[in-house]
Amino acid sequence: MENLILAIETSCDETAASVIRNGNEILSNVVASQIDSQKRFGGVVPEIASRHHVEQITVVIEEALEKASIVPSDLDAVAVTEGPGLVGALLIGINAAKAFAFAHGLPIIGVHHIAGHIYASALVEPMKFPLLALVVSGGHTELIYMKEHGSFEVIGETRDDAAGEAYDKVARVLNLPYPGGPHIDRMAHEAKKGVDFPRAWLEDTYDFSFSGLKSAVINYKHNLEQRGQSIVPEEVAKGFQDSVVEVLTTKTIKAAKELGVKQVIVAGGVSANRGLRESLSKALEQEGIPFTAPPLSLCTDNAAMIGACAAYMFEAGVRSDLSMNGLPGKELKSWSNTDDKLR
Amino acid sequence: MIWLGIETSNAPLSVAIVRDGEVLSEIVQNTKSTHSVTCMPTIEEVFRKTNLKPVDIDAVAVSEGPGSYTGLRIGVTIAKTLSWTLKKPLVGISSLKVLASNVELFDGIICTMFDARRKNVYAAVYKGKELKTIIPEHHGSLEELLQQLKEYQETIMFVGSDVKKFKEEIQSVLGEQAKFAPPSLNLPRASKLIELAEKEPLPTLEMVHSFVPKYHRLAEAEANWLKAHQKEQKG
Ligand SMILES: Nc1ncnc2c1ncn2[C@@H]1O[C@H](COP(=O)(O)OP(=O)(O)OP(=O)(O)O)[C@@H](O)[C@H]1O
Ligand SMILES: [Mg+2]
Repeated sequence: MENLILAIETSCDETAASVIRNGNEILSNVVASQIDSQKRFGGVVPEIASRHHVEQITVVIEEALEKASIVPSDLDAVAVTEGPGLVGALLIGINAAKAFAFAHGLPIIGVHHIAGHIYASALVEPMKFPLLALVVSGGHTELIYMKEHGSFEVIGETRDDAAGEAYDKVARVLNLPYPGGPHIDRMAHEAKKGVDFPRAWLEDTYDFSFSGLKSAVINYKHNLEQRGQSIVPEEVAKGFQDSVVEVLTTKTIKAAKELGVKQVIVAGGVSANRGLRESLSKALEQEGIPFTAPPLSLCTDNAAMIGACAAYMFEAGVRSDLSMNGLPGKELKSWSNTDDKLR
Repeated sequence: MIWLGIETSNAPLSVAIVRDGEVLSEIVQNTKSTHSVTCMPTIEEVFRKTNLKPVDIDAVAVSEGPGSYTGLRIGVTIAKTLSWTLKKPLVGISSLKVLASNVELFDGIICTMFDARRKNVYAAVYKGKELKTIIPEHHGSLEELLQQLKEYQETIMFVGSDVKKFKEEIQSVLGEQAKFAPPSLNLPRASKLIELAEKEPLPTLEMVHSFVPKYHRLAEAEANWLKAHQKEQKG
Protein backbone atom coordinates (compact mmCIF):
# COMPACT_ATOMS: atom_id res chain seq x y z
CA MET A 1 0.00 0.00 0.00
CA GLU A 2 1.36 3.37 -1.01
CA ASN A 3 -0.43 6.57 -0.10
CA LEU A 4 -0.04 9.83 1.74
CA ILE A 5 -3.00 11.14 3.69
CA LEU A 6 -3.80 14.32 5.59
CA ALA A 7 -6.26 13.45 8.37
CA ILE A 8 -8.37 15.78 10.48
CA GLU A 9 -10.30 14.97 13.66
CA THR A 10 -12.61 17.36 15.58
CA SER A 11 -15.31 15.07 16.95
CA CYS A 12 -15.11 16.22 20.56
CA ASP A 13 -12.70 18.52 22.36
CA GLU A 14 -9.40 18.00 20.57
CA THR A 15 -8.53 19.74 17.32
CA ALA A 16 -6.21 17.31 15.59
CA ALA A 17 -4.42 16.87 12.26
CA SER A 18 -1.90 14.32 11.08
CA VAL A 19 -0.05 13.15 8.00
CA ILE A 20 0.15 9.37 7.56
CA ARG A 21 2.21 7.50 4.98
CA ASN A 22 1.15 4.05 3.77
CA GLY A 23 -1.28 3.59 6.63
CA ASN A 24 1.39 2.88 9.20
CA GLU A 25 3.94 5.67 9.33
CA ILE A 26 3.20 8.81 11.33
CA LEU A 27 4.86 11.81 9.67
CA SER A 28 3.12 14.19 12.06
CA ASN A 29 0.45 13.99 14.74
CA VAL A 30 -0.71 17.35 16.11
CA VAL A 31 -3.35 17.61 18.84
CA ALA A 32 -4.59 20.88 20.33
CA SER A 33 -6.51 20.01 23.45
CA GLN A 34 -9.23 22.19 24.94
CA ILE A 35 -9.05 20.49 28.28
CA ASP A 36 -7.92 23.61 30.17
CA SER A 37 -10.91 25.53 28.90
CA GLN A 38 -13.44 22.70 29.26
CA LYS A 39 -12.25 21.87 32.79
CA ARG A 40 -13.99 25.04 33.99
CA PHE A 41 -17.32 23.44 33.16
CA GLY A 42 -16.61 19.95 34.53
CA GLY A 43 -17.19 18.39 31.11
CA VAL A 44 -17.26 19.22 27.43
CA VAL A 45 -19.67 22.04 26.50
CA PRO A 46 -20.50 21.57 22.81
CA GLU A 47 -20.75 25.27 21.92
CA ILE A 48 -17.42 26.01 23.58
CA ALA A 49 -15.84 23.03 21.79
CA SER A 50 -17.04 24.31 18.40
CA ARG A 51 -15.70 27.79 19.09
CA HIS A 52 -12.26 26.49 20.01
CA HIS A 53 -12.13 24.28 16.92
CA VAL A 54 -12.60 27.33 14.65
CA GLU A 55 -9.78 29.12 16.48
CA GLN A 56 -7.39 26.20 16.10
CA ILE A 57 -8.23 24.42 12.88
CA THR A 58 -5.92 26.06 10.32
CA VAL A 59 -3.06 26.36 12.83
CA VAL A 60 -3.24 22.66 13.58
CA ILE A 61 -3.42 21.59 9.92
CA GLU A 62 -0.52 23.87 9.03
CA GLU A 63 1.59 22.44 11.82
CA ALA A 64 0.80 18.89 10.70
CA LEU A 65 1.92 19.63 7.12
CA GLU A 66 5.04 21.49 8.25
CA LYS A 67 6.14 18.81 10.71
CA ALA A 68 5.67 16.21 7.99
CA SER A 69 7.63 18.42 5.56
CA ILE A 70 5.09 17.93 2.83
CA VAL A 71 3.10 20.23 0.54
CA PRO A 72 -0.52 19.68 -0.50
CA SER A 73 0.46 18.37 -3.95
CA ASP A 74 2.29 15.44 -2.29
CA LEU A 75 -1.00 14.18 -0.82
CA ASP A 76 -3.29 11.48 -2.20
CA ALA A 77 -6.37 12.31 -0.12
CA VAL A 78 -7.82 14.24 2.78
CA ALA A 79 -9.54 12.23 5.52
CA VAL A 80 -11.81 13.53 8.25
CA THR A 81 -13.93 12.16 11.06
CA GLU A 82 -17.52 12.14 9.79
CA GLY A 83 -19.04 10.88 13.06
CA PRO A 84 -20.07 9.94 15.66
CA GLY A 85 -19.37 12.92 17.86
CA LEU A 86 -20.64 16.40 18.69
CA VAL A 87 -22.24 17.65 15.49
CA GLY A 88 -21.06 21.26 15.82
CA ALA A 89 -17.54 20.08 16.50
CA LEU A 90 -17.54 17.56 13.63
CA LEU A 91 -18.65 20.27 11.21
CA ILE A 92 -15.48 22.31 11.71
CA GLY A 93 -13.16 19.47 10.74
CA ILE A 94 -15.43 18.38 7.90
CA ASN A 95 -15.75 21.82 6.34
CA ALA A 96 -12.04 22.52 6.70
CA ALA A 97 -11.27 19.14 5.11
CA LYS A 98 -13.68 19.77 2.25
CA ALA A 99 -12.31 23.27 1.59
CA PHE A 100 -8.73 21.98 1.66
CA ALA A 101 -9.55 19.05 -0.62
CA PHE A 102 -11.35 21.35 -3.06
CA ALA A 103 -8.51 23.89 -3.08
CA HIS A 104 -6.03 21.19 -4.11
CA GLY A 105 -8.24 18.90 -6.17
CA LEU A 106 -7.88 16.00 -3.71
CA PRO A 107 -10.39 13.24 -2.94
CA ILE A 108 -12.02 13.29 0.48
CA ILE A 109 -12.72 10.34 2.77
CA GLY A 110 -15.17 10.39 5.69
CA VAL A 111 -14.00 8.15 8.53
CA HIS A 112 -15.93 6.59 11.41
CA HIS A 113 -14.44 7.75 14.71
CA ILE A 114 -14.50 4.29 16.29
CA ALA A 115 -13.01 2.65 13.20
CA GLY A 116 -10.28 5.25 13.66
CA HIS A 117 -9.74 4.24 17.29
CA ILE A 118 -9.36 0.61 16.17
CA TYR A 119 -6.90 1.47 13.39
CA ALA A 120 -4.62 3.20 15.90
CA SER A 121 -3.22 -0.30 16.33
CA ALA A 122 -2.17 -0.41 12.66
CA LEU A 123 0.29 2.35 13.53
CA VAL A 124 1.95 0.01 16.00
CA GLU A 125 2.00 -3.27 14.08
CA PRO A 126 0.10 -4.85 11.18
CA MET A 127 -3.38 -6.03 12.10
CA LYS A 128 -3.86 -9.81 12.14
CA PHE A 129 -7.27 -11.16 11.19
CA PRO A 130 -9.64 -12.28 12.45
CA LEU A 131 -9.25 -9.64 15.12
CA LEU A 132 -11.15 -8.57 18.19
CA ALA A 133 -11.14 -4.93 19.29
CA LEU A 134 -12.22 -3.70 22.68
CA VAL A 135 -13.11 -0.04 22.27
CA VAL A 136 -13.42 1.73 25.60
CA SER A 137 -13.77 5.51 25.54
CA GLY A 138 -15.78 8.43 26.85
CA GLY A 139 -18.73 7.58 24.64
CA HIS A 140 -18.26 3.91 23.73
CA THR A 141 -17.73 0.47 25.20
CA GLU A 142 -17.83 -2.09 22.43
CA LEU A 143 -16.41 -5.42 21.39
CA ILE A 144 -15.91 -5.42 17.64
CA TYR A 145 -15.03 -8.43 15.51
CA MET A 146 -13.11 -7.85 12.29
CA LYS A 147 -12.56 -10.72 9.89
CA GLU A 148 -10.56 -8.51 7.53
CA HIS A 149 -9.78 -4.86 6.82
CA GLY A 150 -12.92 -2.78 6.63
CA SER A 151 -15.22 -5.40 8.09
CA PHE A 152 -16.78 -4.58 11.44
CA GLU A 153 -19.24 -6.53 13.52
CA VAL A 154 -20.25 -5.12 16.89
CA ILE A 155 -20.70 -8.25 19.00
CA GLY A 156 -21.24 -6.48 22.30
CA GLU A 157 -21.80 -2.98 23.57
CA THR A 158 -22.82 -1.12 26.68
CA ARG A 159 -26.51 -0.96 27.42
CA ASP A 160 -26.18 2.23 29.46
CA ASP A 161 -23.06 4.20 30.42
CA ALA A 162 -19.81 3.91 28.51
CA ALA A 163 -16.83 2.86 30.63
CA GLY A 164 -15.23 6.31 30.42
CA GLU A 165 -18.52 7.95 31.29
CA ALA A 166 -18.79 5.71 34.37
CA TYR A 167 -15.24 6.67 35.35
CA ASP A 168 -16.06 10.35 35.00
CA LYS A 169 -19.33 10.05 36.95
CA VAL A 170 -17.75 8.13 39.79
CA ALA A 171 -14.92 10.67 39.81
CA ARG A 172 -17.50 13.39 40.34
CA VAL A 173 -18.93 11.45 43.30
CA LEU A 174 -15.39 11.41 44.73
CA ASN A 175 -14.99 15.14 44.03
CA LEU A 176 -12.18 14.60 41.54
CA PRO A 177 -11.56 17.03 38.68
CA TYR A 178 -12.64 16.33 35.08
CA PRO A 179 -11.75 14.04 33.38
CA GLY A 180 -11.77 11.68 36.29
CA GLY A 181 -10.49 8.47 34.66
CA PRO A 182 -6.77 9.07 35.22
CA HIS A 183 -7.37 10.13 38.87
CA ILE A 184 -9.35 7.01 39.70
CA ASP A 185 -6.70 4.90 38.00
CA ARG A 186 -3.95 6.52 40.09
CA MET A 187 -5.90 6.25 43.37
CA ALA A 188 -6.80 2.63 42.67
CA HIS A 189 -3.09 1.87 42.49
CA GLU A 190 -2.48 3.60 45.82
CA ALA A 191 -5.10 1.56 47.67
CA LYS A 192 -4.24 -1.61 49.57
CA LYS A 193 -7.75 -3.02 49.39
CA GLY A 194 -10.87 -2.18 47.47
CA VAL A 195 -14.53 -1.93 48.40
CA ASP A 196 -16.46 -4.93 47.14
CA PHE A 197 -18.73 -3.65 44.40
CA PRO A 198 -20.97 -5.80 42.16
CA ARG A 199 -20.10 -6.93 38.62
CA ALA A 200 -22.72 -6.74 35.88
CA TRP A 201 -22.20 -9.99 33.98
CA LEU A 202 -25.27 -9.93 31.72
CA GLU A 203 -24.96 -13.67 31.12
CA ASP A 204 -24.91 -15.07 27.56
CA THR A 205 -24.13 -11.78 25.87
CA TYR A 206 -21.07 -9.71 25.22
CA ASP A 207 -22.95 -6.60 26.29
CA PHE A 208 -21.89 -4.43 29.18
CA SER A 209 -23.63 -2.34 31.81
CA PHE A 210 -21.98 0.13 34.15
CA SER A 211 -24.82 2.21 35.54
CA GLY A 212 -25.57 -0.29 38.31
CA LEU A 213 -21.97 -0.11 39.44
CA LYS A 214 -22.13 3.66 39.44
CA SER A 215 -25.28 3.55 41.60
CA ALA A 216 -23.60 1.07 43.95
CA VAL A 217 -20.76 3.56 44.48
CA ILE A 218 -23.21 6.38 45.15
CA ASN A 219 -25.22 4.24 47.60
CA TYR A 220 -22.10 3.07 49.39
CA LYS A 221 -20.99 6.66 49.98
CA HIS A 222 -24.48 7.72 50.98
CA ASN A 223 -24.88 4.87 53.48
CA LEU A 224 -21.59 5.57 55.20
CA GLU A 225 -22.31 9.28 55.38
CA GLN A 226 -25.71 8.58 56.94
CA ARG A 227 -23.92 6.72 59.68
CA GLY A 228 -21.63 9.69 60.14
CA GLN A 229 -18.68 7.88 58.59
CA SER A 230 -16.72 8.86 55.54
CA ILE A 231 -15.40 6.83 52.67
CA VAL A 232 -11.76 6.09 51.88
CA PRO A 233 -11.69 7.43 48.30
CA GLU A 234 -8.74 5.22 47.29
CA GLU A 235 -10.63 2.08 48.37
CA VAL A 236 -13.71 3.17 46.47
CA ALA A 237 -11.57 3.90 43.41
CA LYS A 238 -9.95 0.48 43.59
CA GLY A 239 -13.24 -1.33 44.15
CA PHE A 240 -14.80 0.45 41.20
CA GLN A 241 -11.83 -0.10 38.92
CA ASP A 242 -11.55 -3.78 39.85
CA SER A 243 -15.18 -4.31 38.89
CA VAL A 244 -14.84 -2.52 35.54
CA VAL A 245 -11.57 -4.22 34.66
CA GLU A 246 -12.72 -7.70 35.60
CA VAL A 247 -15.86 -7.50 33.48
CA LEU A 248 -14.04 -5.99 30.49
CA THR A 249 -11.26 -8.57 30.68
CA THR A 250 -13.48 -11.61 31.21
CA LYS A 251 -15.79 -10.76 28.31
CA THR A 252 -12.92 -9.91 26.00
CA ILE A 253 -11.16 -13.21 26.71
CA LYS A 254 -14.35 -15.19 26.31
CA ALA A 255 -15.10 -13.58 22.94
CA ALA A 256 -11.49 -13.92 21.76
CA LYS A 257 -11.49 -17.65 22.51
CA GLU A 258 -14.92 -18.31 21.11
CA LEU A 259 -14.18 -16.48 17.86
CA GLY A 260 -10.67 -17.85 17.57
CA VAL A 261 -9.10 -14.49 16.83
CA LYS A 262 -5.44 -14.02 15.96
CA GLN A 263 -5.11 -10.65 17.71
CA VAL A 264 -6.86 -8.59 20.37
CA ILE A 265 -6.49 -4.84 20.40
CA VAL A 266 -7.69 -2.28 22.88
CA ALA A 267 -8.52 1.27 21.85
CA GLY A 268 -10.07 4.50 23.14
CA GLY A 269 -9.26 6.80 26.05
CA VAL A 270 -10.01 4.28 28.82
CA SER A 271 -7.40 1.93 27.37
CA ALA A 272 -4.92 4.34 28.96
CA ASN A 273 -5.98 2.62 32.19
CA ARG A 274 -3.06 0.77 33.74
CA GLY A 275 -5.24 -1.74 35.52
CA LEU A 276 -7.03 -2.65 32.31
CA ARG A 277 -3.83 -2.96 30.26
CA GLU A 278 -2.16 -5.16 32.84
CA SER A 279 -5.18 -7.38 33.26
CA LEU A 280 -5.81 -7.83 29.52
CA SER A 281 -2.18 -8.39 28.74
CA LYS A 282 -1.81 -11.01 31.46
CA ALA A 283 -4.98 -12.90 30.59
CA LEU A 284 -4.26 -12.89 26.86
CA GLU A 285 -0.73 -14.05 27.39
CA GLN A 286 -2.09 -17.03 29.30
CA GLU A 287 -4.33 -17.82 26.33
CA GLY A 288 -1.50 -17.29 23.87
CA ILE A 289 -3.38 -14.62 21.93
CA PRO A 290 -1.31 -11.63 20.69
CA PHE A 291 -2.37 -8.38 22.30
CA THR A 292 -1.81 -4.82 21.06
CA ALA A 293 -2.36 -1.71 23.14
CA PRO A 294 -1.30 1.40 21.23
CA PRO A 295 0.65 4.06 23.15
CA LEU A 296 -1.51 6.47 25.14
CA SER A 297 -1.07 9.30 22.61
CA LEU A 298 -2.82 7.11 20.03
CA CYS A 299 -5.58 5.96 22.43
CA THR A 300 -7.11 9.34 23.17
CA ASP A 301 -8.59 11.32 20.29
CA ASN A 302 -6.05 12.02 17.56
CA ALA A 303 -5.96 12.35 13.79
CA ALA A 304 -3.22 9.78 13.15
CA MET A 305 -5.70 6.97 13.80
CA ILE A 306 -8.14 8.58 11.33
CA GLY A 307 -5.35 8.71 8.74
CA ALA A 308 -4.41 5.08 9.33
CA CYS A 309 -8.01 3.98 8.81
CA ALA A 310 -8.41 6.24 5.77
CA ALA A 311 -5.33 4.72 4.15
CA TYR A 312 -7.12 1.36 3.94
CA MET A 313 -10.36 3.02 2.83
CA PHE A 314 -8.42 4.84 0.11
CA GLU A 315 -7.00 1.54 -1.15
CA ALA A 316 -10.49 0.04 -1.16
CA GLY A 317 -11.72 2.95 -3.29
CA VAL A 318 -13.97 4.47 -0.61
CA ARG A 319 -14.64 8.17 -1.29
CA SER A 320 -16.95 10.87 0.02
CA ASP A 321 -17.78 14.12 -1.73
CA LEU A 322 -18.15 17.83 -1.02
CA SER A 323 -21.65 17.36 0.33
CA MET A 324 -20.37 15.34 3.32
CA ASN A 325 -22.24 16.29 6.50
CA GLY A 326 -21.45 15.69 10.17
CA LEU A 327 -23.16 12.51 11.38
CA PRO A 328 -23.39 12.68 15.18
CA GLY A 329 -24.87 9.16 15.36
CA LYS A 330 -22.97 7.58 12.46
CA GLU A 331 -23.19 3.80 12.47
CA LEU A 332 -20.12 1.64 12.18
CA LYS A 333 -20.53 -0.01 8.79
CA SER A 334 -18.19 -2.28 6.92
CA TRP A 335 -16.57 -0.90 3.81
CA SER A 336 -15.09 -4.17 2.61
CA ASN A 337 -17.03 -5.63 -0.32
CA THR A 338 -17.07 -9.23 0.78
CA ASP A 339 -20.22 -10.61 2.27
CA ASP A 340 -20.48 -9.73 5.91
CA LYS A 341 -22.16 -12.84 7.28
CA LEU A 342 -19.93 -14.12 9.98
CA ARG A 343 -19.20 -17.46 11.56
CA MET B 1 -8.62 41.15 -8.80
CA ILE B 2 -10.85 38.07 -8.33
CA TRP B 3 -12.90 37.67 -5.16
CA LEU B 4 -14.72 34.70 -3.73
CA GLY B 5 -17.52 35.70 -1.35
CA ILE B 6 -19.18 33.36 1.15
CA GLU B 7 -22.28 34.21 3.18
CA THR B 8 -23.77 31.59 5.51
CA SER B 9 -24.57 33.68 8.57
CA ASN B 10 -28.23 32.69 8.67
CA ALA B 11 -30.57 30.28 6.88
CA PRO B 12 -30.00 31.75 3.38
CA LEU B 13 -26.81 30.86 1.51
CA SER B 14 -24.97 33.00 -0.99
CA VAL B 15 -21.71 32.49 -2.85
CA ALA B 16 -20.26 34.74 -5.55
CA ILE B 17 -17.21 35.27 -7.69
CA VAL B 18 -16.50 38.87 -8.68
CA ARG B 19 -13.72 39.98 -11.04
CA ASP B 20 -12.65 43.61 -10.99
CA GLY B 21 -15.99 44.75 -9.68
CA GLU B 22 -17.99 42.62 -12.17
CA VAL B 23 -20.16 39.85 -10.81
CA LEU B 24 -19.22 36.73 -12.80
CA SER B 25 -21.47 34.33 -10.95
CA GLU B 26 -23.64 34.50 -7.89
CA ILE B 27 -25.90 32.01 -6.18
CA VAL B 28 -28.48 33.11 -3.65
CA GLN B 29 -30.45 30.35 -2.03
CA ASN B 30 -33.17 30.36 0.58
CA THR B 31 -33.99 26.70 1.13
CA LYS B 32 -34.04 24.56 4.22
CA SER B 33 -30.88 22.68 3.25
CA THR B 34 -28.02 22.85 5.70
CA HIS B 35 -24.94 24.90 4.87
CA SER B 36 -22.67 22.03 5.80
CA VAL B 37 -24.11 20.01 2.93
CA THR B 38 -24.64 22.76 0.37
CA CYS B 39 -21.95 25.38 0.89
CA MET B 40 -18.94 23.56 -0.61
CA PRO B 41 -20.87 22.14 -3.59
CA THR B 42 -22.20 25.68 -4.24
CA ILE B 43 -18.66 27.07 -4.16
CA GLU B 44 -17.60 24.35 -6.57
CA GLU B 45 -20.52 25.33 -8.81
CA VAL B 46 -19.56 29.02 -9.08
CA PHE B 47 -16.00 28.02 -9.94
CA ARG B 48 -17.26 25.63 -12.60
CA LYS B 49 -19.60 28.23 -14.08
CA THR B 50 -16.85 30.82 -14.27
CA ASN B 51 -14.25 28.38 -15.57
CA LEU B 52 -11.95 29.39 -12.76
CA LYS B 53 -9.79 27.29 -10.49
CA PRO B 54 -9.38 27.82 -6.76
CA VAL B 55 -5.83 29.15 -7.28
CA ASP B 56 -7.18 31.88 -9.58
CA ILE B 57 -8.77 33.89 -6.78
CA ASP B 58 -6.94 36.82 -5.18
CA ALA B 59 -8.95 37.26 -2.00
CA VAL B 60 -11.78 35.77 0.03
CA ALA B 61 -14.62 37.67 1.70
CA VAL B 62 -16.82 36.17 4.37
CA SER B 63 -19.78 37.31 6.38
CA GLU B 64 -18.35 37.27 9.90
CA GLY B 65 -21.46 37.58 12.05
CA PRO B 66 -23.59 37.98 13.96
CA GLY B 67 -25.97 35.18 13.04
CA SER B 68 -26.53 31.50 13.63
CA TYR B 69 -23.49 30.13 15.47
CA THR B 70 -23.27 26.99 13.35
CA GLY B 71 -23.94 28.85 10.11
CA LEU B 72 -21.22 31.38 10.86
CA ARG B 73 -18.73 28.67 11.74
CA ILE B 74 -19.32 26.79 8.50
CA GLY B 75 -18.77 29.88 6.34
CA VAL B 76 -15.80 31.08 8.38
CA THR B 77 -14.15 27.64 8.51
CA ILE B 78 -14.42 27.24 4.74
CA ALA B 79 -13.27 30.82 4.07
CA LYS B 80 -10.42 30.53 6.53
CA THR B 81 -9.20 27.21 5.17
CA LEU B 82 -9.33 28.36 1.53
CA SER B 83 -7.65 31.62 2.37
CA TRP B 84 -4.91 29.98 4.41
CA THR B 85 -4.11 27.13 2.04
CA LEU B 86 -4.34 29.24 -1.14
CA LYS B 87 -2.38 32.04 0.56
CA LYS B 88 -4.93 34.74 -0.26
CA PRO B 89 -6.08 37.40 2.21
CA LEU B 90 -9.38 37.02 4.06
CA VAL B 91 -11.71 39.95 4.75
CA GLY B 92 -14.61 39.65 7.18
CA ILE B 93 -17.65 41.89 6.94
CA SER B 94 -20.55 42.30 9.36
CA SER B 95 -23.44 40.13 8.23
CA LEU B 96 -25.83 42.91 9.28
CA LYS B 97 -23.98 45.37 7.06
CA VAL B 98 -24.09 42.96 4.11
CA LEU B 99 -27.85 42.94 4.44
CA ALA B 100 -28.04 46.73 4.84
CA SER B 101 -26.09 47.17 1.60
CA ASN B 102 -29.05 45.65 -0.27
CA VAL B 103 -30.85 48.97 0.25
CA GLU B 104 -27.83 51.27 0.28
CA LEU B 105 -29.50 53.58 -2.25
CA PHE B 106 -32.14 54.38 0.33
CA ASP B 107 -31.27 57.80 1.68
CA GLY B 108 -32.25 57.37 5.29
CA ILE B 109 -31.79 55.14 8.26
CA ILE B 110 -31.40 51.40 7.70
CA CYS B 111 -31.95 48.86 10.45
CA THR B 112 -31.03 45.21 9.89
CA MET B 113 -31.79 42.49 12.39
CA PHE B 114 -31.79 38.75 13.03
CA ASP B 115 -34.01 37.01 15.54
CA ALA B 116 -32.03 36.01 18.65
CA ARG B 117 -35.10 34.51 20.40
CA ARG B 118 -36.87 35.57 23.54
CA LYS B 119 -37.65 39.04 22.10
CA ASN B 120 -33.97 39.67 21.55
CA VAL B 121 -32.28 40.54 18.29
CA TYR B 122 -28.88 40.88 16.74
CA ALA B 123 -29.16 44.29 15.14
CA ALA B 124 -27.30 47.28 13.76
CA VAL B 125 -28.37 50.64 12.39
CA TYR B 126 -26.73 52.43 9.47
CA LYS B 127 -27.19 55.74 7.68
CA GLY B 128 -27.95 55.27 3.99
CA LYS B 129 -25.62 55.74 0.99
CA GLU B 130 -22.32 55.48 2.86
CA LEU B 131 -23.69 52.92 5.34
CA LYS B 132 -22.22 54.84 8.22
CA THR B 133 -22.74 52.84 11.41
CA ILE B 134 -24.94 54.71 13.86
CA ILE B 135 -25.79 51.81 16.19
CA PRO B 136 -23.11 49.12 15.99
CA GLU B 137 -23.77 45.40 15.70
CA HIS B 138 -25.02 44.12 19.03
CA HIS B 139 -27.23 41.62 20.80
CA GLY B 140 -30.05 43.17 22.77
CA SER B 141 -33.75 43.54 23.34
CA LEU B 142 -35.97 44.52 20.43
CA GLU B 143 -37.91 46.83 22.73
CA GLU B 144 -34.85 48.93 23.61
CA LEU B 145 -33.75 49.11 20.00
CA LEU B 146 -37.15 50.38 18.88
CA GLN B 147 -37.17 53.06 21.58
CA GLN B 148 -33.75 54.21 20.39
CA LEU B 149 -34.94 54.30 16.80
CA LYS B 150 -38.01 56.36 17.69
CA GLU B 151 -35.72 59.20 18.78
CA TYR B 152 -34.37 59.65 15.25
CA GLN B 153 -37.70 60.98 13.97
CA GLU B 154 -36.75 59.82 10.49
CA THR B 155 -37.99 57.09 8.18
CA ILE B 156 -36.35 53.79 9.02
CA MET B 157 -35.98 50.95 6.51
CA PHE B 158 -36.07 47.49 8.07
CA VAL B 159 -34.23 44.74 6.22
CA GLY B 160 -33.90 41.02 6.89
CA SER B 161 -35.89 37.80 6.61
CA ASP B 162 -36.63 37.86 10.34
CA VAL B 163 -38.15 41.35 10.28
CA LYS B 164 -41.60 40.01 9.43
CA LYS B 165 -41.69 38.21 12.78
CA PHE B 166 -41.48 41.56 14.54
CA LYS B 167 -43.53 43.67 12.13
CA GLU B 168 -46.40 44.27 14.53
CA GLU B 169 -44.17 45.28 17.37
CA ILE B 170 -42.11 47.56 15.13
CA GLN B 171 -45.23 49.25 13.78
CA SER B 172 -46.75 49.67 17.21
CA VAL B 173 -43.72 51.64 18.36
CA LEU B 174 -42.69 53.40 15.14
CA GLY B 175 -45.95 53.63 13.17
CA GLU B 176 -45.45 55.37 9.82
CA GLN B 177 -41.79 55.89 10.60
CA ALA B 178 -41.14 52.24 9.73
CA LYS B 179 -40.67 51.03 6.15
CA PHE B 180 -40.06 47.44 5.13
CA ALA B 181 -37.81 46.15 2.37
CA PRO B 182 -39.39 43.89 -0.27
CA PRO B 183 -38.68 40.15 0.27
CA SER B 184 -36.09 39.91 -2.52
CA LEU B 185 -33.92 42.44 -0.68
CA ASN B 186 -34.14 40.52 2.57
CA LEU B 187 -31.68 37.89 1.35
CA PRO B 188 -27.98 38.59 1.80
CA ARG B 189 -25.91 38.52 -1.39
CA ALA B 190 -22.29 37.50 -1.57
CA SER B 191 -21.72 40.07 -4.34
CA LYS B 192 -22.69 42.85 -1.93
CA LEU B 193 -20.43 41.28 0.67
CA ILE B 194 -17.55 41.49 -1.82
CA GLU B 195 -18.39 45.13 -2.66
CA LEU B 196 -18.03 45.98 1.01
CA ALA B 197 -14.88 43.88 1.38
CA GLU B 198 -13.24 45.71 -1.55
CA LYS B 199 -13.43 48.94 0.42
CA GLU B 200 -11.48 47.44 3.32
CA PRO B 201 -7.70 47.25 3.54
CA LEU B 202 -6.42 43.73 2.83
CA PRO B 203 -5.22 42.05 6.04
CA THR B 204 -1.90 40.21 6.03
CA LEU B 205 -1.87 36.46 5.49
CA GLU B 206 -0.79 35.89 9.10
CA MET B 207 -4.15 37.25 10.24
CA VAL B 208 -6.01 34.27 8.77
CA HIS B 209 -5.22 31.83 11.60
CA SER B 210 -6.76 34.05 14.27
CA PHE B 211 -9.89 34.84 12.25
CA VAL B 212 -13.05 33.81 14.13
CA PRO B 213 -16.74 34.63 13.76
CA LYS B 214 -18.06 37.67 15.58
CA TYR B 215 -20.79 36.00 17.61
CA HIS B 216 -21.63 39.17 19.58
CA ARG B 217 -22.57 36.87 22.42
CA LEU B 218 -20.73 34.63 24.83
CA ALA B 219 -21.58 30.96 24.88
CA GLU B 220 -24.10 30.42 27.67
CA ALA B 221 -21.74 28.25 29.73
CA GLU B 222 -19.00 30.85 29.39
CA ALA B 223 -21.33 33.66 30.52
CA ASN B 224 -22.47 31.64 33.54
CA TRP B 225 -18.90 30.75 34.42
CA LEU B 226 -17.83 34.40 34.26
CA LYS B 227 -20.75 35.44 36.44
CA ALA B 228 -19.94 32.82 39.07
CA HIS B 229 -16.27 33.70 38.88
CA GLN B 230 -16.78 37.42 39.30
CA LYS B 231 -18.94 36.76 42.36
CA GLU B 232 -16.19 34.59 43.77
CA GLN B 233 -13.62 37.31 43.26
CA LYS B 234 -15.80 39.93 44.90
CA GLY B 235 -16.12 37.53 47.83
N1 LIG C 1 -6.21 6.08 32.99
C1 LIG C 1 -7.51 6.09 32.74
N2 LIG C 1 -8.35 5.23 33.35
C2 LIG C 1 -9.66 5.22 33.08
N3 LIG C 1 -10.26 6.07 32.26
C3 LIG C 1 -9.48 6.97 31.63
C4 LIG C 1 -8.08 7.03 31.81
N4 LIG C 1 -7.58 8.02 31.03
C5 LIG C 1 -8.64 8.55 30.38
N5 LIG C 1 -9.78 7.94 30.75
C6 LIG C 1 -11.14 8.22 30.30
O1 LIG C 1 -11.20 8.19 28.90
C7 LIG C 1 -12.27 9.01 28.45
C8 LIG C 1 -11.82 9.81 27.29
O2 LIG C 1 -11.52 8.93 26.25
P1 LIG C 1 -11.65 9.39 24.74
O3 LIG C 1 -10.96 10.68 24.57
O4 LIG C 1 -11.25 8.26 23.86
O5 LIG C 1 -13.21 9.52 24.71
P2 LIG C 1 -14.04 10.39 23.72
O6 LIG C 1 -13.23 10.60 22.49
O7 LIG C 1 -14.56 11.54 24.47
O8 LIG C 1 -15.25 9.41 23.41
P3 LIG C 1 -15.62 8.69 22.02
O9 LIG C 1 -14.34 8.31 21.37
O10 LIG C 1 -16.42 7.52 22.44
O11 LIG C 1 -16.38 9.69 21.26
C9 LIG C 1 -12.69 9.86 29.64
O12 LIG C 1 -13.92 9.36 30.09
C10 LIG C 1 -11.57 9.62 30.65
O13 LIG C 1 -12.01 9.72 31.98
MG1 LIG D 1 -12.64 9.26 21.01
